[in-house]
Amino acid sequence: MANFYNDNNSLKHHLSHPMMEKIVELKERNFADADKFDYAPQNFDDAMDSYDRVLEIVGDICANVIAENAEDVDHEGPVVKNGHVDYASGTQKNLDACRKAGLMGMSMPRRLGGLNFPITPYIMAADMVSRADAGFENLWGLQDCAETIYEFANEEQKEKYIKRVCEGETMSMDLTEPDAGSDLQSVMLKATKKEDGTYVLNGVKRFITNGDSDIHLVLARSEEGSKDGRGLSMFIYDKRNGGVTVRRIENKMGIKGSPTCELVYKDAPAELVGSTRLGLIKYVMALMNGARLGIAAQSVGISEAAYREALAYAKDRKQFGKSIIEFPAVAEILSVMKAKLDASRALLYACSRFVDMYKIYDDIAKERPLTLDEKKEQKYYSRLADAFTPLAKGMTSEFCNQNTYDCIQIHGGSGFMKDYACERLYRDARITSIYEGTTQLQVVAAIRHVTTGTYLNKIREFEAQEVHAEDEAIKNTLVFMTQQYADAVQAVMGVDDTKYHDFMARRLVEMAGHIIMGYLLLEDTQRNEEFRKSLVVYVKYGQAEVERHASFIGNFRPEQINDYLY
Amino acid sequence: MSLNIIVLAKQVPDTRNVGKDAMKADGTINRAALPAIFNPEDLNALEQALKLKEMYPGSKVTLLTMGPARAAEIVREGMFRGADGGIVLSDRAFAGSDTLATSYALSAAVRKIGDFDIIIGGRQAIDGDTAQVGPQIAEKLGIPQITYAEDIISADNCEVVVKRRIESGVETVKAKLPLVVTVNGSAAECRPRNAKALQKYKYAAVPSELTDEAKKAFVEKRHYLAIGEWSASDVDADLAQCGLAGSPTKVKSIENVVFTAKEARRIENNDEELECLIKELIANHTIG
Repeated sequence: MANFYNDNNSLKHHLSHPMMEKIVELKERNFADADKFDYAPQNFDDAMDSYDRVLEIVGDICANVIAENAEDVDHEGPVVKNGHVDYASGTQKNLDACRKAGLMGMSMPRRLGGLNFPITPYIMAADMVSRADAGFENLWGLQDCAETIYEFANEEQKEKYIKRVCEGETMSMDLTEPDAGSDLQSVMLKATKKEDGTYVLNGVKRFITNGDSDIHLVLARSEEGSKDGRGLSMFIYDKRNGGVTVRRIENKMGIKGSPTCELVYKDAPAELVGSTRLGLIKYVMALMNGARLGIAAQSVGISEAAYREALAYAKDRKQFGKSIIEFPAVAEILSVMKAKLDASRALLYACSRFVDMYKIYDDIAKERPLTLDEKKEQKYYSRLADAFTPLAKGMTSEFCNQNTYDCIQIHGGSGFMKDYACERLYRDARITSIYEGTTQLQVVAAIRHVTTGTYLNKIREFEAQEVHAEDEAIKNTLVFMTQQYADAVQAVMGVDDTKYHDFMARRLVEMAGHIIMGYLLLEDTQRNEEFRKSLVVYVKYGQAEVERHASFIGNFRPEQINDYLY
Repeated sequence: MSLNIIVLAKQVPDTRNVGKDAMKADGTINRAALPAIFNPEDLNALEQALKLKEMYPGSKVTLLTMGPARAAEIVREGMFRGADGGIVLSDRAFAGSDTLATSYALSAAVRKIGDFDIIIGGRQAIDGDTAQVGPQIAEKLGIPQITYAEDIISADNCEVVVKRRIESGVETVKAKLPLVVTVNGSAAECRPRNAKALQKYKYAAVPSELTDEAKKAFVEKRHYLAIGEWSASDVDADLAQCGLAGSPTKVKSIENVVFTAKEARRIENNDEELECLIKELIANHTIG
């Protein structure tokens, strides 16, 4: 039977990364749940076996339910009835399967009904779900929001809401408004405190993914008269209480199964999460980081689907008496697609492991004081997660767009028709470099790690690692690319003009990205020969890209920026 | 009202993906060449049982399978999807059973279980395609049976309401508990494995699988991991009615059938073309 986990060795490869041992032991608090919960692991091997087998369930559902429904869901889409959303019938079946399989609240602790999985295997599930149907990943993946409740809500709220998420209720994060997209400081939705201390919400939200969910996290202005982000707080709205209706759903280009809603709040009762005024500056930032990792997973899943569609078609399609894959021009496209896919996935899971490490330490810190060494590690991984999350979201979503473009190119004229999955993948991919912060905004988040040296320090750590003798040449190329990157950073930062820095920022972030992904593939190849081809192809590609950016920066006179600005 | 439900399940070779070496020279199935799977219609049966368990809280679903110790895999699979436990009926004396001997052994095991309200099985297994075992068990136990079920709608007041698939459509019938229901492949598909159930039951085993002392101790500590393993004497079976001795069916020979016709032709739906076809079929003596 088809299975998206068993047919994809690279997932198992990343699951077996050496860092997992530490992640699992910390996450499981040295297997303290072993005798408390009948489904808790006894030791590391037991835990890994459980991840492996649960991912097999996910792979089964993805291949045989979600992927099977994807085309119908794309055509049928959700509709609004009496102020609420009716999912496409396939979406409903997908949700039922995920609920019955117990795949909601995967990373939540067992005491709240979750599986207590680290983020890494959870992201692997998201990777597969996205390969099956990127639009469905949005609904399923919004279980991420439970992380925010877990991190910032009070115990009573955790008990109440997280248990419901683990039982299969869906979530949404209601942030965007007509005049507050990338600029969330402008959010206007009004939260009014009543005499009994509870709140009611009034106003409008727009572009809310899965806006008719069971449990909403809502960003609203609680401080009357305030204008900026410091007047915003985070609330939970429970659909069971009523007060929010769906006015319309958007007619989108892609991810059509995922309802994007305009919501009207009329005295909707809501509970405050954490403290007032921290809604945007603390909680949404945490929420967004989780969501960005989710979009990186979605991007990798779509890339995977695009590569497989393209490969199958190129083998099958015959022109001039042979399969088109035998033509170098076609083979090159496929090899580069695969290299970008493998590089994206390497970056995604490097990032998810960093996120795992710091989040687990954060959680342990609530139970007991961390030791000095632990605090050091927490800080180290927190910084890396902060640096790698926007990098991963930015790079993987751009690659995913490129891969779906190339997938259609391989299909030729047939790919332009509605007959093949590639056109849906192309449409679905387009949003990944836009939502949860455009690529341009990922660059804004990433650039400080260029200037403060987080990327370069990590690259130097990679550089210090031993590699097989036959990989020395590739490593030397990466060392050379690093020098070009360091030189370019110095050249750009040497100019005293923030506009110029902004103008060059994306080039610098991409240079760092190519080098880091090159090293990650080099690391993968040390453990698994299957990555060698992608390593070689990716470093060739990255080398040319780094060269291109170095050349652009090197040949650019700062005053020439005026030719670009409006 | 809670129900005690027995689900009959069989581990079968996956005959849906038959390769060249699927049959041995002597005409028997080469089980080594085919993956062992949960008989598909037994999964439909399990889904009906699990649905009833949800409808009637407190109900218990027990899988019953006959086969070698490795058939415990089927019981575990059922537990991953929501069953409470199971029994493997395993004895050399059962080897070579035809449908009569199989239904004898299974009905003996059902008697041993004793307390049950509904026995649900798949219509038939894909390795034999007889559809006889379910009905024979009902006869041996002297209870009613409903075959070709598509949906067990309810089981209130000691009475089941079942929608069944018949040649010309569907019919809805009622019957008294206890009874045997055999489920058709057109019924709802079985739900997936559940992540928690899988982690809970992955070490479930029959005693003969527990060769490792540590594993044995682990299972003994957790009673829910113990899968029953019963022999012919455990179910007080009369050996003369078991296995080859109890099987009147004798396989004379098995032939490989190779389809020789390769080409398909499309005949338009009009009198002219149909007449041409009929003339052709008469001319080459296919008909007439």
